[in-house]
Amino acid sequence: MTDSTITMQEGIFESTAKDWSSDITTFKGVPWGKAMMWIFLLSDTFIFTCFLIGYMVMRMTVTEPWPVASEVFALTVWGVSVPLLLIAIMTFILITSSGTMAMAVNMGYQRRRWAVFWLMLATALLGASFVGMQCFEWSKLIEEGVRPWTNPMGAPQFGSIFFMVTGFHGLHVSVGVVYLLIVAIRVVRGKYDHTNFEIVEITGLYWHFVDLVWVFIFAFFYLW
Amino acid sequence: MATEGQQHPIKIYFLIWLLLFVLSFFSYLVDFYHLEGNLRWFLIVVFMLLKAGFIVAIFMHMKWERFALIFGILLPPLALIVLMFLMAIESDYAWSTRVTYMGEDPAPKPQPPVHHTKAGEDSEHK
Repeated sequence: MTDSTITMQEGIFESTAKDWSSDITTFKGVPWGKAMMWIFLLSDTFIFTCFLIGYMVMRMTVTEPWPVASEVFALTVWGVSVPLLLIAIMTFILITSSGTMAMAVNMGYQRRRWAVFWLMLATALLGASFVGMQCFEWSKLIEEGVRPWTNPMGAPQFGSIFFMVTGFHGLHVSVGVVYLLIVAIRVVRGKYDHTNFEIVEITGLYWHFVDLVWVFIFAFFYLW
Repeated sequence: MATEGQQHPIKIYFLIWLLLFVLSFFSYLVDFYHLEGNLRWFLIVVFMLLKAGFIVAIFMHMKWERFALIFGILLPPLALIVLMFLMAIESDYAWSTRVTYMGEDPAPKPQPPVHHTKAGEDSEHK
């Protein structure tokens, strides 16, 4: 860590050029697994952004009416129609899970295995409940006649982009739940005791990314 | 293992956690109060970018990484922003030709959603 503190004083462009050209480890102080996870997340960013750009093209070119998301996703609670209620709850659940994950990473670097286990388990349960709510939302829309190729409220593209984008995100959440459970169990069984518990941070990167994607889906798909 | 982990005070995580809740609540209020037009557009994007920034910077520890990693991960998505602008220009063109030459309605009104009105189902069900 000493060499990094020295080079920090050189200015960001000098230190970056040196790191990239030094013919040794480029990402200093970063475990290879973490660098690989970041590169995977970068590629995932491209996939999700291309989906969202495709969605933008549809929204901008479509001449059939686009459904009003705040009405479509309204829930009736005690006779009152609350706009976007389920989506808001899902958003808060995902943020909560991001918080528990951040705590798990912190506990990991303190080498508190059981704290890591319980926090990751909580994160996985919150993620699973998110997927459950998404299933509810999907079945509600399917019941109302929305399909990937048709939509009774207007533009058929609404159905296709909705199922594709939220489905791909939901798949990421589901995979993340499995990933969290596997790592949590391996942590508590002492599989990572010889390491610095950076695996928890790597898992956390993936989980925070899932939350990050939801931030954009929430803004562009549900609020726009 | 020459690695020194990303160890930071718990206080900052709680602060960001709280901020994410507040920002999400604000963006929900944008919809709840039916803000329209440029104000809606502006607020949605501001809250979205703030949330995304806090998640990447604090929860994903980007703030404390070396610039070699920060640049390596955060610069390539600039290509996506270029793509977004190109596609926006093209979409605008495609839309205007549809309206001009195919006589499409430039401001169509959507049907209201049909919440639980399947044929043969009682209306008191919902």
